[in-house]
Amino acid sequence: MAILEPRDALDLCQIVADAGARGEKLELRGGGTRADIGALREATIVSLQAIAGVVDYDPAELVLTIRPGTPLADVQALVASEGQMLAFEPWGNTGATIGGTVAAGVAGSRRVTAGSARDHLLGLTVVSGRGELFVAGAKVVKNVTGYDLPKLMAGSWGRLGAMTELTLKVLPRPRVTVTLMAQGLSPRAAHAAMSCALGSNADVSAAAHLSRGITLLRVAGFAPSVTARCATLPVLLRDHCALQQLDEAEAAPLWAEAMTGAQLSGAIRWRIHLPPRHAPDLLEALAPWGIDWAMDWGGGQVWAALDDSTAIVREIASQFGGEAALVLANVDMRSAVPAFQLRAPGVSALEQRVRRAFDPIGVFATGRFSEDVHADSLSA
Amino acid sequence: MSILMPLPDAETLAKRDRIVAAMRSIVPGEGVIDDADLMQPWESDGLTAYRQPPMLVVLPETVAQVSAVLRWCHAENVKVVPRGSGTSLSGGALPLADAVLLGMGKFKRIVDVDYEDRVAVVQPGVTNLAITQAVEARGFYYAPDPSSQIACSIGGNVAENSGGVHCLKYGLTTNNVLGVELVLMDGEVVRLGGRHMDASGLDLLGVIVGSEGLLGVVTEVTVRILPKPETARAVLVGFPDAESAGACVAQVIAEGIIPAGMEMMDRPAIHAAEAFVNVGYPLDVGALLIIEVDGPGAECDHLIGEIARIADENGAVTNRLSQDEAERVAFWAGRKAAFPAVGRISPDYYCMDGTIPRRRLPEVLRRMEGLSQKYGLGVANVFHAGDGNLHPLILYDANAPGELDRAEEFGNEILRLCVEVGGVLTGEHGVGIEKRDLMPEMFSEADLKQQQRVKCAFDPGLLLNPGKVFPTLHRCAELGRMHVHHGALPFPDLPRF
Repeated sequence: MAILEPRDALDLCQIVADAGARGEKLELRGGGTRADIGALREATIVSLQAIAGVVDYDPAELVLTIRPGTPLADVQALVASEGQMLAFEPWGNTGATIGGTVAAGVAGSRRVTAGSARDHLLGLTVVSGRGELFVAGAKVVKNVTGYDLPKLMAGSWGRLGAMTELTLKVLPRPRVTVTLMAQGLSPRAAHAAMSCALGSNADVSAAAHLSRGITLLRVAGFAPSVTARCATLPVLLRDHCALQQLDEAEAAPLWAEAMTGAQLSGAIRWRIHLPPRHAPDLLEALAPWGIDWAMDWGGGQVWAALDDSTAIVREIASQFGGEAALVLANVDMRSAVPAFQLRAPGVSALEQRVRRAFDPIGVFATGRFSEDVHADSLSA
Repeated sequence: MSILMPLPDAETLAKRDRIVAAMRSIVPGEGVIDDADLMQPWESDGLTAYRQPPMLVVLPETVAQVSAVLRWCHAENVKVVPRGSGTSLSGGALPLADAVLLGMGKFKRIVDVDYEDRVAVVQPGVTNLAITQAVEARGFYYAPDPSSQIACSIGGNVAENSGGVHCLKYGLTTNNVLGVELVLMDGEVVRLGGRHMDASGLDLLGVIVGSEGLLGVVTEVTVRILPKPETARAVLVGFPDAESAGACVAQVIAEGIIPAGMEMMDRPAIHAAEAFVNVGYPLDVGALLIIEVDGPGAECDHLIGEIARIADENGAVTNRLSQDEAERVAFWAGRKAAFPAVGRISPDYYCMDGTIPRRRLPEVLRRMEGLSQKYGLGVANVFHAGDGNLHPLILYDANAPGELDRAEEFGNEILRLCVEVGGVLTGEHGVGIEKRDLMPEMFSEADLKQQQRVKCAFDPGLLLNPGKVFPTLHRCAELGRMHVHHGALPFPDLPRF
């Protein structure tokens, strides 16, 4: 498959315009670390890796402007060097780029309290499917001028346009982070404990539960505050569980398990978003299929791994008001089962009209997602 | 009064009786108001300089009625202006002479509160403060707190993406809304997002929030509620000038502290507020900061100490810590009453809402002082210092010939200045009609056309809240046109979805 590597936004405009004129499909790609999500497709790959580097970073303004091909690890190291962080705790495999991470809407354990990529994307420059460059949002932390198009671009998987510059809100990195751990809780008991902690004023920033009965609560901030909260929480949760303190080195691999689901055993992996209160019911309902699982976001995100290659997980998730995304599967399953849960017909039609607003002839409708097929079948 | 609204459509005005009858068949009883006297309360919103009687007012009570009203208006090509509590400061709910004003004030029910999952499902007419009041007994609150929170509705907050003094730490409306039920202009009812995080598909919810009533009518909102912090403490710090106050703000953030609120007032604003509420603001300082921290008691104690040190290092001349909750509230009383306080020292005032990169504050204040002299109008500044959102209040007298026009031109120059230094036209009040004609200062033709294409995806007939946000009305067919390469449309046989 051909790979194009534009050097800058103008290059990219030309590529998109030419592809449109030839009726060619383009797949936008960062590090390609999530390329195995979605159906097989034939498209010319446009790598954004050469459009990289910092445009502007003023820590005191809490704003970072950066080009999409910059490796995520570099961005995280840069902000860490100023005592700051990306608030939505993005994660990715080696080679992941900041653009790809935002386009995939990736958010880690802190998402439950700090929001997702969409919450921290302030502004951007984009090449639309028309091959035109436009700017949306701004480079300040507070702005309501015009439609909030950055929200649409975050998590859009390259289906609307190619980001060529992103402005992200950054936040101070907590001085101290401590993890409190409970052991031996059932999913239902763990969910109750996490709800109690997240609903308390002890300012817990993340809560996760692993299938082997490990429950994690994260307490972060200034030292005196962390100390006080670590003393309060065991009392608050005394009817739920006993808590022990882990240091960052012990806790980090456990959080990574909950956040990425990457350690789970099973050839097929789903990511389920649902109202947290239904997470225990979901796991009970899925038990007969022999799943391995991990719960993050206080129960609002569940990773489920199994070997069954039907869409049973999606069916059961929707019974509990949730949505399951297929994130790991063999090629056959990826062709048969859409990566994302289909939306209600009215929402789906609206989504198609919005896509057409950015990409009128479907340059970015590669067939990777079932919506693409849908899009191409619509007539003018 | 320099902002012009689209000319009323004669055809619509000619069929007013038929429109009234159709609306009465959908919304029975007193839900349709067509009497000129009775419609008077709806002539204007928080941008009181502009008034326009609506063609008629419709106050639906059910989603089915909202849907039927919009479907009928869509079929008959009748414009609709949605309205919450009418507190918009940018004219977002200003009626049109040829449009139905759709008031959502009867949607006042709190549908459900789920403390375990920390969400509340409410109807759009519920006021911002009423959400907090409904959940505070259980130790929760709804974080965004625009100054008008006692009156403004959550539906209006969604339309405007409202902020408040605490949004540096807790975010704007968009960061606190999980889902909406929305009626599109053609009457279709859709649900976007819901009770869980990160719904699949395009983030249409994200673009609805802050869309100023141009994309759909919200009939239900699911918000996050947060546990109320254990304590909150405020400190009042006076500085000789805005420069040193600004340096203090920058250092607080540079040292890793994100206060719950960090407000700055300049000398005219301090004097006006103190005269109004008598809370003991120092009158001999050039700039005053209110810095509030919230959270566990141990955290507040620690941060207050740090902030006092940073204030000292930046030349603070007064420093007062709230001793109890009553005093903390008193510190805020002056700031929250700054607008009416300024209203007492001047017959009228015009409130601006730009955001700037904080580092440019001293320069912006200096140039604003120059503009104040140029236009011969006073200005008082209140400033969400943490996030760079500036609210200059221009003092004028509407009864003095030409003063309103001068105030508007002064305001426009301030907003151009905000954009020039890398900021934006509006940080939280919305574009509405007020900043509509300034949009090209910030966005190119291509940028604006892209936004309008999104509008076309929701409302291709441009019937919902027309005349707001966009300076030029492009027909959707024109916006949809593709470039013609080498004299031919690319792939004429390709299906164009």
